[in-house]
Amino acid sequence: MPLLRIPTPLRTYSNGQSEVSVIGTNVQEALTDLTTQYPALKPHLFNDGGDLRPFVNLFVGEHNIKDLQGMNTPVRDGEKIMLIPSIAGG
Amino acid sequence: MLPELSREEILRYSRHLLIPEVGLEGQRKLKNSSALIVGTGGLGSPVSLYLAAAGVGRIGLVDYDVVDSSNLQRQIIHGTSMIGKLKVESAKARMLDLNPDIQVDTYNEPYTSENAIRIAQDYDIILDGTDNFPTRYLTNDVAVFLEKPNVYASIFRFDGQVSVFFAKEGPCYRCLFPEPPLRGSSPLARRWCARVLPGTIGTLQATEALKVLLGIGEPLIGKLLLYNALDMSFDFVKLKKNPNCRVCGPNADIKELIDYEAFCGVPSHDHEEGSAGDDLDVTAGELAERLKKNHLKLLDVREPHELEISALPNAMNIPSVSLQDV
Repeated sequence: MPLLRIPTPLRTYSNGQSEVSVIGTNVQEALTDLTTQYPALKPHLFNDGGDLRPFVNLFVGEHNIKDLQGMNTPVRDGEKIMLIPSIAGG
Repeated sequence: MLPELSREEILRYSRHLLIPEVGLEGQRKLKNSSALIVGTGGLGSPVSLYLAAAGVGRIGLVDYDVVDSSNLQRQIIHGTSMIGKLKVESAKARMLDLNPDIQVDTYNEPYTSENAIRIAQDYDIILDGTDNFPTRYLTNDVAVFLEKPNVYASIFRFDGQVSVFFAKEGPCYRCLFPEPPLRGSSPLARRWCARVLPGTIGTLQATEALKVLLGIGEPLIGKLLLYNALDMSFDFVKLKKNPNCRVCGPNADIKELIDYEAFCGVPSHDHEEGSAGDDLDVTAGELAERLKKNHLKLLDVREPHELEISALPNAMNIPSVSLQDV
């Protein structure tokens, strides 16, 4: 199963989990499974229309899914999907 | 023509001079270089200390705040004796004590669309050590327009990010983050961070700045470093230029600095953060009066660890995080 890495600000909504094993063969399926497991994450990742919020970036391995096939980017077993938020603290 | 080093400087930097990648020429390069540090808080503290110690010839500091005791658990350039003093003056005094051979220019003013180009134009690099989204977008756009590297670092709770955004050679901040989080929509819009985290991340930021100024190694251009203190993990991802970037893309439509507070929907200054907006704020005295007169039900949306600091009697507590789930 792919692993979804959750940044600390969003761990409040993933029951404190830093990594979540998800079922799916592409990013869309993986995120659907993630938000099924942790529904509280959904409004922070998607807008009302179901699109990924523009300040949330998803990377498969080292690459932004925007540079791959977007939400259809395939993910393999054990592959890491990283959620990278914009943070502004200093 | 690079400036010569005095005998005192050769002694001061002798450990640098012995490193082949720096050497005498590298140290002269640093003496000839300049860096603007936007923000002298958590990140700005280690950054300004290390750049001063390393001998960057001219360092600019932008901040309009004064030193408060609550800053001192992480803003290590300031000290207890400096409480109430201007942050830029406090930082300058410490930097010149550390290294009197450098020049420190201070800008005791908010960094805004009106003054940012004027302040930044005479520096080789810009370091983003700010603590809010409007100033981060401003810092990025200034760097893009002036074609300067923007050495970026950002922290939140236990997470840190570091990159070098340099639109001439790679992506800019907006390529990765075209839009900021919406106000109130995301826990990411908040800014609290762990004590040591700015030290860890600020030191990495200073490292990147020195690499860029010296022209050595591989600066994080087109790469983003992600650090998590709880997991003690370092991850790297690759960043590409966004062809649709509104400020550095081929069809960019942002050609000059904009109103960044309006763009981000939040103020860029700490002092306004506690305000709910015009005519919405209630003082403690007014609240006490209204509670006496009316049968108001008081709802406190702070989280349990915040209530530990101070709680209001007879208030119902539903943390805002839970409210967002309803």
